[in-house]
Amino acid sequence: MTQVEDRVATTAPPRRVNRFVALLRNGWRQLTSMRTALVLLFLLALAAIPGSVFPQRNVNADDVQAYFREHPRLAPVLDRLGAFDVFASPWFAAVYLLLFTSLVGCILPRTWDHLRALRVGPPGAPRRLERLPQYAVVEDVSGDVAAIATLLRRRRWRVVVRPGTVAAEKGYLKETGNILFHFSLVGILAGVALGSWYGWHGDRLLIAGSDHGFCNTLQQYDQYGLGPRVHATDLPRFCLELVDFEARFHESGQPESYRATVRVEAEGTSRQADFSVNAPLRLDGANVYLIGHGYAPVIRYTDRYGRSQTSVAAFPKSDEMLTSEGVFTFPDANINPETGERDPNAQVAFQGLYLPTVSEDRTVSRSVHPEERSPGLLLVAYRGDLGMETGIPKSVYELDQRQIESGKLVQVGLSKPLRKGEVWTLDDGTTVEFLGTRPFVVLSIRHDPGEKIVLVSAGVLLVGLLMSLAGRRRRVWCRVTPAESSTTNRSSVVEIGGLPRTDYPGFADEFAELVGALKADRATTGHAPRERAGTHEGTD
Amino acid sequence: MGALSNQLLTVAVLTYLVAMVCHAAEYAFGTRGPVARAAARPRRELAAVGAGARGTAAAPEPETAPTTASATPADAKRHALAGRIALAATVVAAVLHVGAVVTRGIAARRMTWGNMYEFVLTLTLVGVVAWLVVLTRRPAIRRLGLFVTLALVLLLGVAGMVLYTPVGPLMPALKSVWFIVHVSMAATASGIFLLGFVTGVIYLLRAGYEQGKRSFPYPLARWAPESEALERLTFRLHAFAFPIWTFAIASGAVWAEAAWGRYWGWDPKETWSFISWVVYAGYLHARATPSVKRRTATWIAILGFLTMMMNLIGVNLFFEGLHSYSGL
Repeated sequence: MTQVEDRVATTAPPRRVNRFVALLRNGWRQLTSMRTALVLLFLLALAAIPGSVFPQRNVNADDVQAYFREHPRLAPVLDRLGAFDVFASPWFAAVYLLLFTSLVGCILPRTWDHLRALRVGPPGAPRRLERLPQYAVVEDVSGDVAAIATLLRRRRWRVVVRPGTVAAEKGYLKETGNILFHFSLVGILAGVALGSWYGWHGDRLLIAGSDHGFCNTLQQYDQYGLGPRVHATDLPRFCLELVDFEARFHESGQPESYRATVRVEAEGTSRQADFSVNAPLRLDGANVYLIGHGYAPVIRYTDRYGRSQTSVAAFPKSDEMLTSEGVFTFPDANINPETGERDPNAQVAFQGLYLPTVSEDRTVSRSVHPEERSPGLLLVAYRGDLGMETGIPKSVYELDQRQIESGKLVQVGLSKPLRKGEVWTLDDGTTVEFLGTRPFVVLSIRHDPGEKIVLVSAGVLLVGLLMSLAGRRRRVWCRVTPAESSTTNRSSVVEIGGLPRTDYPGFADEFAELVGALKADRATTGHAPRERAGTHEGTD
Repeated sequence: MGALSNQLLTVAVLTYLVAMVCHAAEYAFGTRGPVARAAARPRRELAAVGAGARGTAAAPEPETAPTTASATPADAKRHALAGRIALAATVVAAVLHVGAVVTRGIAARRMTWGNMYEFVLTLTLVGVVAWLVVLTRRPAIRRLGLFVTLALVLLLGVAGMVLYTPVGPLMPALKSVWFIVHVSMAATASGIFLLGFVTGVIYLLRAGYEQGKRSFPYPLARWAPESEALERLTFRLHAFAFPIWTFAIASGAVWAEAAWGRYWGWDPKETWSFISWVVYAGYLHARATPSVKRRTATWIAILGFLTMMMNLIGVNLFFEGLHSYSGL
């Protein structure tokens, strides 16, 4: 990203160079050129587009699976091209790594140049000042170089005095900001890399109650992702238990606020903490975010032998009014307590539809409000073989359809709507009672050590950007020449030339003002005692 | 209050429309407009075209001269009057626009950035305020008002007819200090980018016109200010808006960390704001590189605004993501 302004192209002396070295050097020059950087920038923008068009695994893995189902032919091809992991794909990485190489390759020499410019100051005056964009001549009486330098310094110009000339430059902050901006981009990349290597995250559904606590180990997560440098034993130790969850809704059913209360146990101490959306629970080494919630109905099933089992099942919501669906399974139902014999065809399951607010006419099978104003649970009973011994992993939110299709799991009777406390007696005399609900939350637990680096880099980036956009680099040279045409020997002519090094429409005004100030200064020092002027001359 | 807001907006759009018509009248019948020119000086016109065919930006074309002998002072006054009426109508419309936004805010008891309709309302308000501010500094560009009001009428029309959402409360996820910071900055940057887009388009037309192109879109810029000044204005608008946009993205990342647990997750909205950022960064770099033509650079800026529009409207309508607050 070199701004080719006055970095002179170093023309190497004609000497034999190894072809390979020449190729490398040309390639490097090409890569660090502005044109290449621009092309790479556009490639980066272009490469990001598929990431918004196709579902991404790291954003929503379920959507990717849905895409595979909808496009069974196209999806595997796209997958091989990395369309579902765009931002982790080799081609995306190639673009940004090349871009950053180009950036560093360009910004490093610029940094050295800038440091040298800061140390050495502006270069000597060009021979013909009148060719510069701004030029003025001031008739002088003393020809005092040091006084001019002092005036410019007072106006915060960086000044270098050489015999007969004063060179001044202003606006170094522009380049400083420019360099800061580009280095902070590298900082952001470093922070992101650190975060992805040493960060981890996991999602967990947590039902309220002390019997459903959760401790921070990988086995307890529903899904998780560990950075390549993180080991399972590195996770900080703490346990969470959902004590209470409060969701408020407007009359329209739109959510108003959420608040989760948890008991946190860490390092032997136990405390209670509240958190909500936008205000995560910040623990030592991990943050806990609230990303979902719902109801978990509780039922009690009493089997043929009179044995009761209570089951709590989190029902994921299927609409914004929190109509929720899920299943209860009782694989250990109807085991003969005397013989311990299990009847393989007497396992029991219920498919449930939970409505926190049943509509008044009871005709709609959807909830009409997300609050539990008149809760109702619609159950469909199944008896038979649940198919749990097959070893095939399956969803805990729905029954195994293959078992139902093959007739191994049979629906018992019709569906039955239950109110809280109501009991339904099945055809074999067993009963099921709807006891109520408990709230559940979906938590995302994350740790990203690169965050702070990224935040600081972003702050520096913004400061650098502002400096670089607001700054204006410009140079002024003054040359004092004894004027032959003058009547006295001591008077001389000061030529002033100005060069804006960046697009700066106000430079002409600033220059005119500066010339005016020099004139005024000349006028006052012209009246000053001669000895004083002499001491100034001596300081050179 | 919500109904009042809707009525105010309707009146505001109509007033912008009046401003647009007046600007159009000024353009068509003004001293430098095609009608006046065709009537007054057919010969000089031909000569001017011949001279301006390969003229550079610096060459003072007859068209750009502020007054010509051909139009009578009375005519000139009348046409300037059309322009002034247009300006006055824009100011009135802007006041009504402010009223529409404020009453909606009162009706909803919150900042009016909760959905896409409100966001477009705010964005266009920023655009028109920025336009009026720029205008006080450079009265010469008043005639660009035709395009500014056109853009405003189009965007507000789309907002009112397609994106309209009844007044409603905020979702819990939007209840944060960062809501005010992030969305206001995004709206401000978008509004200024909108203005920069308009000047950029006019610049391209004007630059083409100055090169002697006379086929359809180019003569529209006959009356526009000198291309060099337009180009500089375009750059300065973008240079002003880019840090604001950067800050909008950065504050969004801080908010995302608190709300979703990660500062950046390639959500479609995030992806497209990144794309816009990269494209605008490309524009600023291209502008700073002497070997890249200014026209090429301006095309990049226009591409940048298209990505902004894609982000604003396209992402809300086509993709599903975490920024699903459009209310549609």
